[in-house]
Formats: sequence, structure tokens, C-alpha cells
Amino acid sequence: MSILVFVEARDGKIKSNSLEAVSEARRLADEGSPGEVFAVVPGSKGEGAAALGAYGADRVWTVDHELVARYQPESFVACVLEAVKKASAQVVLFPASAMGRDLAPRVAGRLGAGLASDCTALDWQGGALVATRPVYAGKAISTVKIAGSPALASLRPRAFPQMERRPGTSAAVEVLGITLDASRARVRTIEVGASEGGRVDLTEAEIIVSGGRGLRGPENFHLIEELAEALGGTVGASRAVVDAGWRPHAEQVGQTGKTVSPKLYVAVGISGAIQHLAGMSSARCIVAINKDPEAPIFKVADYGIVGDAFEIVPALTEALKGLRVGS
Amino acid sequence: MKIAVCLKQVPSTDTRIKIAPDGKRIDPAGVTFVTNPYDEFALEEAIRLKEAKGGEVVVLSAGGQGAVAALRNALAVGADSAVLLKTDADPDALAVARLLADEIGGKGYDLVLCGKQAVDDDAAQVGPMLAEMLDLPCATVVVKLELTEGKARATREIEGGVEIVEMPLPAVIAAQKGLNEPRYASLKGIMAAKKKPVEEKAASAAAAKVEIVSLALPPARQAGRIVGEGAAAVPELVRVLREEAKVL
Ligand SMILES: Cc1cc2nc3c(=O)[nH]c(=O)nc-3n(C[C@H](O)[C@H](O)[C@H](O)COP(=O)(O)OP(=O)(O)OC[C@H]3O[C@@H](n4cnc5c(N)ncnc54)[C@H](O)[C@@H]3O)c2cc1C
Ligand SMILES: Nc1ncnc2c1ncn2[C@@H]1O[C@H](COP(=O)(O)O)[C@@H](O)[C@H]1O
Repeated sequence: MSILVFVEARDGKIKSNSLEAVSEARRLADEGSPGEVFAVVPGSKGEGAAALGAYGADRVWTVDHELVARYQPESFVACVLEAVKKASAQVVLFPASAMGRDLAPRVAGRLGAGLASDCTALDWQGGALVATRPVYAGKAISTVKIAGSPALASLRPRAFPQMERRPGTSAAVEVLGITLDASRARVRTIEVGASEGGRVDLTEAEIIVSGGRGLRGPENFHLIEELAEALGGTVGASRAVVDAGWRPHAEQVGQTGKTVSPKLYVAVGISGAIQHLAGMSSARCIVAINKDPEAPIFKVADYGIVGDAFEIVPALTEALKGLRVGS
Repeated sequence: MKIAVCLKQVPSTDTRIKIAPDGKRIDPAGVTFVTNPYDEFALEEAIRLKEAKGGEVVVLSAGGQGAVAALRNALAVGADSAVLLKTDADPDALAVARLLADEIGGKGYDLVLCGKQAVDDDAAQVGPMLAEMLDLPCATVVVKLELTEGKARATREIEGGVEIVEMPLPAVIAAQKGLNEPRYASLKGIMAAKKKPVEEKAASAAAAKVEIVSLALPPARQAGRIVGEGAAAVPELVRVLREEAKVL
């Protein structure tokens, strides 16, 4: 059994979502018929590649070329296809990051392979790869069997543990022998704009503080920002405030926004509509602050405070500033 | 400009999911079906492009007879014609992409628009798969689209920001919320749609490679407790977050 992992590197640094994928690949390889774990890292000069061995990779292929210096879909597809061939991979894993979610279906389309996206668990069943994945934005959980070889899956960030299964082991690092064709690279990046402060994306955040219509206006969101800062978290929002133009769409949590599973989710002035709940119900701990004791958000919250957010949030921020926030 | 828009009919987002007795699909009783919200952005963009540059918008859906409702609605909003690729099987994303690619390929489309993802299976696969099958460039999660001189310039959402990419037409674009504000069908549009053609074609989807073994509800979250009222409850909240939940 040979498993290939697409590993994402940004500015030469390997992303934690990819360490999670390599760790899971090792676990699958150890529990399935014995086999090797391969990793392909386009856009890498080899930094950190050998260290993937500790997470379970046996062999790592790097590609250092201007066409893959940043994400370029056709060139990345070519790298993964080449690695699939070299590894004779029966399983290919991707992190379900922005990049992985764009790349994996393209690879599947080229290979005519089955892909289970955004999985939260993987396992073997009678020699086939079986995936657990939330559907209907988490309102239901689907178990699927991926037939055919290779079987493809993308892994939801933070759903799989990142584990040094073989501490101290180095992977063999080689350059993937591939000739990239510039004329095939049709999608060209013109510009990259970061959102302010390079904050952690909602899908990767450990702690999220979200604000809703209860905040009454965009001018009051500093309360949410300050609480998020005191917690070391990221700001989220309900659709109502995004549609009102108070907050950018990238912050929307819910069925037509981001599905998140942080350690702590604080909902302030959010009623808890079914579409909002769909996006955040898998958080480990949910706190609700709402003046209406009947608000549906309290039905999913672990802890709640009933009352005026304008009074409670600043008090909470002050109380937290006194604490050291660790993980 | 000749534009194709791929539409899927899905349960409305306010649906409370119940599982059917076979344990593999949702119980459709009482479920309202609507056009996938992301596909409405795709459709709106197509109609705006037609209004600005002239041309033709064809909407396509693979599915059962029920999908005709989504197609008719698109015609009422301003699409010119519709194709139903009729299949009773439950195709996976790969099989759907194949059916759409076979229908769209070789017909001179300048642009193919899809939604970022269907809010039922949440696969987010069909757009980019279709692009690879048609060997067309593609951008996903697109919040802004501009077409100039045979090129598409798309702004896409990525972690912590956006990136702007450019590609030659024809291309496949997968729409994200924020691309535009979809319009509603007017009464006049609804009347006009009755005269527009919906072509039904029997389609045979390939067997699903991603086969559903079971569908279940997630473990229900227990309602927790109200720790108190007003700012006076803050110290207790901080205590339980540290000591019970251990998240601080
Ligand atoms: C197709 C579709 C998709 C959707 N997708 C999403 C989605 O992805 N995400 C999403 O969030 N929604 C989504 N919605 C919208 C959803 O149905 C709700 O309308 C929305 O979530 C409500 O936002 P809210 O909770 O901020 O506002 P409201 O429902 O208006 O709630 C405001 C809350 O603030 C409380 N409040 C008021 N003043 C105070 C105060 N001073 N202190 C404390 N609390 C106060 C109120 O008691 C109330 O509970 C979708 C809807 C549709 C139709
Ligand atoms: N059965 C279908 N018929 C037509 N278009 C579809 C179908 N399924 C998916 N699509 C298109 O592909 C997009 C992504 O769907 P999915 O990959 O299923 O999440 C949708 O937003 C639609 O634009």
C-alpha cells in the first residue's frame, strides 16, 4: 500500500494542515497492508522536508521551479500526477485548505478518481478507504467508501492530530524529476492581497469570537475585536451583519460561510439561526452572550450569559487581560 | 458570448435534516428544494455579462425531474434555454462532472459558471473537475470577475486574503458569495420563461466511485447552562472556561 500526501508549503514553511495529513497517512499505512508514505512539496527548496520523516513520511519529493513558487493550478496538478505515478499511489491525501480544495478535484478529474472532500476521519474497511465527512454544513455526517485506485481524500484542517509518530527519523528527500511547461500554466496570479494584519483564518483558528446583529452597528465591533485579541482569537460574524456590510464575507460563519471547529467559539448578539449553527456546532466549547434567554443559540452553548453585550463583553475582555492565555 | 451555468437543486438551507429509513439519504418528506445558493451567484453573473456584452445563457442541471424547477426559475431570471441531463441514479461529483463535460464540450462556450459548492453534499468538486475534463483554465471561490479581450480576471478568496488571477477564455469559474447580489424573477420573466425551451436528455451516469455507506445525524449537543446574568456573571464564566472546559 503506497500513500501519497500533497504537502503545502508557504514561503518555504510546511503548513500544519499538511503535518496532520502526513501523520494520518502514516497511521493508515501502518494499519493497512504495509507500505510507504510519500510526500510531494511543490514550491519547496527542501526546507523542513527531511523533518517530515518524524511525522511518518518515508520519501519526500520537492519541486523548486518558478512556476510553482506560488500556487499555480496546472503546474501543481502536473507535480501531483507525476508523484502519483512515481509512487504508484493507491491513496492520495490533501489538506482541505484553500489550496487543497482547489487542487484535489482537479487531480481527481484528471485521474478519473473518486475524491471524498473535507473529511474528518478516515479508515480501512475490507481493503477500501472509508471516509467520514460532514454534509449539509454539518447537519448530517456521511460515511463514504472510495472505490478504485487511487482513492483521493482531502482532510479538514484541525480534524486530525499532528503527531510525530517516529521522532528523530528523517525522510529521504529527492527532487521530483519533472519538466514543467509554462504554456500549460494558463492561470496567472496578478496580485495577492492579504487581509489586515495577516490574521489567522477562521478555519484554522483555535478561538473565534463572532458578533451578530445584537452589536447594532459596525462601529461597535471593536468590542468583538478587543475580546478576540484578549483571547488570542479570530473575529467571525453572522450573515446578518455581513449582508448589512458591517463585516467582510470572509468572516461569515455558517452554511453559506465558513464551517469552523475551534476549541472555543464565543457568539455575541447572535440568535443562533439554523444556518449559523450548521457552521459552528462542532466547536469544542461554545459560549453565548445574548440578552434573550430564549435565543436558540443557548440550546447549543455549553455556557451562556444572559444580558446586554455592551456591558458583558468589555467586562469579559478586562477579566481575560489579567489572565495568561495558553493552550 | 455563449455562457453555460451549472445548477443543482438542493434542500433549502433552513431544512431540519431527517434521515430516511435506508440510512443512506435524507428523508425528503416536507423538504423544500431550491436552487443551490452559490449557483444563484453564478447565474446572476452570467445574466449580467449577457446584458453587458450580448450573447446567450444556457443553464444545465443533472438530476431527476425535480431539477426542472431550478431550470425554470433560471429561465425566469433571464437565461435563454435549459438542458436537463436526466438521471435517476445518485451520481457522485465525478459522474456529474463527466455528464456536464460531455454536454458542454465542443459547443463553443466562452465561459462556464458553477457554484463554489453544492450545500447538500458540500463536495466543492464539480467545477474544477469539469474544467480538467474540458481542459479549460479554472478559478474557484471567485468573488469578483472581469472579462476583457478574451481574458477573465478573477478575484478569489484564499486563507487570510484574496488573490487576483488571470486566464484566457474559455474558462470555468466557480462562484463564491460576494460575487454579486442575485435578482429575483419578475412576473414578466416568469411568464416569458414558459415559452423558453427546456431540453430533456436521458443521461447515464457512471457508477459512483464515492459510494455512500451511511448517513447519520451528528451527536446532538447538550444544551449547557446559563452561568448568570449581566456583567456580574463574568468571573464565573472565566472560572468555568478555565477549570471545567479547560479552554483558557
Ligand atoms: C440561504 C441562506 C443561507 C444562510 N446562511 C447563513 C450563514 O452562513 N451564516 C449565518 O450566520 N446566517 C445565515 N443565514 C441567515 C440566518 O437565517 C439568520 O438570518 C442570521 O444568522 C441572523 O443573524 P444574527 O443572529 O446576527 O441576527 P438576529 O437573528 O437578528 O439576532 C440578533 C440577536 O442579538 C440579540 N441581541 C440584541 N441586542 C443585544 C444586546 N444588546 N446584547 C446581547 N444580545 C443582543 C438578540 O436577542 C438576537 O438573538 C442564511 C439564510 C439563508 C436564507
Ligand atoms: N447535478 C448537478 N447538475 C448541475 N450542476 C451541478 C450538479 N452538481 C453540482 N453542480 C455544479 O457544481 C457546483 C459544485 O458542486 P459540488 O461539487 O457538488 O459541491 C455546484 O454549485 C453546481 O454549479
